[in-house]
Amino acid sequence: MNQSGLHYHYDVPGDDFSQAGAASSAVKQILKQLGLDPQVVRNMSIALYEGEINMVIHAGGGVIDVDIDDEKITAVLTDHGPGIENVELAMQDGWSTATEQVRGLGFGAGMGLPNMKKYSDDLKIDTEVGVGTTVTITVNL
Amino acid sequence: MQIRDVKNILDAEVLSGEELLDTEVRAACGSDMMSDVLAYVKDQAVLLTGLMNQQAIRTAAMMDMVCVVFVRDKRPGEDILEVARQNGIAVMTTTHRMFTACGLLYTAGLNGGLRTK
Repeated sequence: MNQSGLHYHYDVPGDDFSQAGAASSAVKQILKQLGLDPQVVRNMSIALYEGEINMVIHAGGGVIDVDIDDEKITAVLTDHGPGIENVELAMQDGWSTATEQVRGLGFGAGMGLPNMKKYSDDLKIDTEVGVGTTVTITVNL
Repeated sequence: MQIRDVKNILDAEVLSGEELLDTEVRAACGSDMMSDVLAYVKDQAVLLTGLMNQQAIRTAAMMDMVCVVFVRDKRPGEDILEVARQNGIAVMTTTHRMFTACGLLYTAGLNGGLRTK
């Protein structure tokens, strides 16, 4: 890998739940092909997948930018959704604002953000109500 | 146990991934909530679910699982099977309900992996 590292960009559509997770699947394939430690691959894939699902069910989609260098993988998820009113509350296991419809799709159990924290080495959330949210997930190599 | 044994124990029909039947599996989990699967499952290979969408397969793929069993005779569409093929996951359907399917596999020696705490 060279000094400048690798960069990948994905558009996440917000109107098609069936495609939610497609970007994370693509990233997982890339990480596997790079021959990275399977646990590292799994941790980043799960954290990113939860973030991508959140982006679709709460924010109407957004964009994902992934950077890989010699030390870490960084994924930045940017949306222009409603923002998170209370991040501390949202980080608690089981707390969710998801609708019954979303629960029927297998998500909205209030484990998304806790899972993202659990599987990442660093999780940063910048959010403003009415403006959007940027989530930065870092997994060290 | 192999995926082939899961098929036989559950009297299941393989819908895709026939070539994966010799794959070894040691643990399984049953859930319709994918975030729970992502939160608690570790080193488990088989997902039993009644959730009928692509995310059931994608969730299994994220966890490096190799087999998804749809319970209650649910039959996924071609779009779901295509995602399974892309990710090297065997898919089958059984007429058993979730509780029975889990019980049959557990009794046959497949365990549930680690406890949550």
